[in-house]
Amino acid sequence: MNEKTIKRRIFNNKLYKIFVFLFSFLSIIPLFLIIYFVLIRGLKYVNLKFIFSMPKPMGEIGGGIFNAIVGSFIIVGVAALIAIPIGIIVGIFLSEYKEKKYTEIVKILVDTLQGIPSIVIGIIAYLWIVKPLKQFSAISGSIALSFIMLPLVIKSTEEVLNLIPIEIKEAAYAMGVPYHRIVLKILLPSGSVGILTGTLIGISRILGETAPLLFTAFGNQFLNLNLLKPMSTIPYLIYVYATSPYKDWHNQAFAASTILIIIVLSINLFGRFMEKKWKM
Amino acid sequence: MENVILKIKNLNAYYGSQKVLKNVNLEIYENRVTTILGPSGCGKTTLIRCINRLHELSPGARIEGQILLKGEDLYQIEPMIVRQKIGMVFQKPNPFPTMTIYDNVIAGYILSGIKLSKEEKDKIVEESLIKSGLWDEVKENLFKKGTFLSGGQQQRLCIARALAMKPEILLLDEPTSALDPVATSIIEELIIELKKSVTTVLVTHNIGQAGRVSDYTAFFYLGELIEFGKTTEMFTVPKSKKTEEYLIGKIG
Repeated sequence: MNEKTIKRRIFNNKLYKIFVFLFSFLSIIPLFLIIYFVLIRGLKYVNLKFIFSMPKPMGEIGGGIFNAIVGSFIIVGVAALIAIPIGIIVGIFLSEYKEKKYTEIVKILVDTLQGIPSIVIGIIAYLWIVKPLKQFSAISGSIALSFIMLPLVIKSTEEVLNLIPIEIKEAAYAMGVPYHRIVLKILLPSGSVGILTGTLIGISRILGETAPLLFTAFGNQFLNLNLLKPMSTIPYLIYVYATSPYKDWHNQAFAASTILIIIVLSINLFGRFMEKKWKM
Repeated sequence: MENVILKIKNLNAYYGSQKVLKNVNLEIYENRVTTILGPSGCGKTTLIRCINRLHELSPGARIEGQILLKGEDLYQIEPMIVRQKIGMVFQKPNPFPTMTIYDNVIAGYILSGIKLSKEEKDKIVEESLIKSGLWDEVKENLFKKGTFLSGGQQQRLCIARALAMKPEILLLDEPTSALDPVATSIIEELIIELKKSVTTVLVTHNIGQAGRVSDYTAFFYLGELIEFGKTTEMFTVPKSKKTEEYLIGKIG
């Protein structure tokens, strides 16, 4: 190899490196722009009063979004209560019975469910729950959101359980431990951190969903704790306020966006932190 | 006088259509160390996984023939009970990562939901760790995670875990293949020491190890039992040509 080829190779190596760094940098720019833009427009309106007071009647200036914050936590909480146990059980099934044909089918269906647009899930929840009950309700929103969260919990559970070495399971089998106790006492504790991280990422994902709530939980000017009545949520409130003609509501939409972004980012970062700290 | 504790009769083992053990007949004597010796792929591990019925957990695995523990057919008993009577230690040390050293030793009881008093637990943990030669090294750190120990210590913890169930037979599947020479010699001394209380079946492809620790050796080649006898006799005057070729390193 002559000197010229070597020089050209070194140059090419450098060029590739520069491209890799450049594009990875470009990909994070949108995120920073979004956070920057929302914070600049919204942060100044965020204060305790905004968080803890109710919306003012239309036309009046001021007021807060307490009902939407409470509503978001209730609706997402109920959705998580539905999606987590079912998701973990299906995840265990997918990782434990890999050879079965039925497993392949379930896997494809889970992938498909993940790909269904959230507004379609909203329509389904509308047809199944809102129409028969003849009213918008928080529970119908929770059910729609749980459909979105379900594949995320299933996949993270399955992936985590697949990482547990077969030797650990065999050790338990070799001591005559019954199968259900191997799942409960060995597999789930060993995978708990990964399952928790997946769950948190699922929760932060559905916290921001708006489309499935448009014709399910709908929205509510008042603080409502009844799951069978319409309930407000932060993303729905942002949607309504941002598309309104009022300047004050636009500002409040940005403030609400700021709060939503802070909640979602904190949950995500907490999940990552747990993963690093407790990973075995 | 040797006492037969385990009798293997006309055993054939399969993975799908592949036959990995061919008509094996073998007797294991009580309180002796029996080595299952042979090159990779000769069916050694399959044989001991048939003894504690782990074999049947692999997809497509099945067996023909009989394995009798003190005259009782193991394949007529619930596999969970068989596995409590016959302990196993694996190639790679595999303590439970979420459990402390203490809990790892009594894991068999915890996981099977057998309730023990605090005194009983303490006694089993201390006895088992003394037997496995680990007590002095870990008695100050019983409530630390077992995964912080060195590889050799982890393996002795796994031996303690198997002994805690008070098994009638202890199966060791190449227990030192992942360990350094110092840890290996500690485990080998331990195997000789354990003869007093438990019958041991040791799988290895290490001829030296078989010679150092075992009373009897069964030499396997490509799924067949070629020769069985006292280790000292087999290693000095092998009856079969195949055994001799393996022992002098001509095949393997």
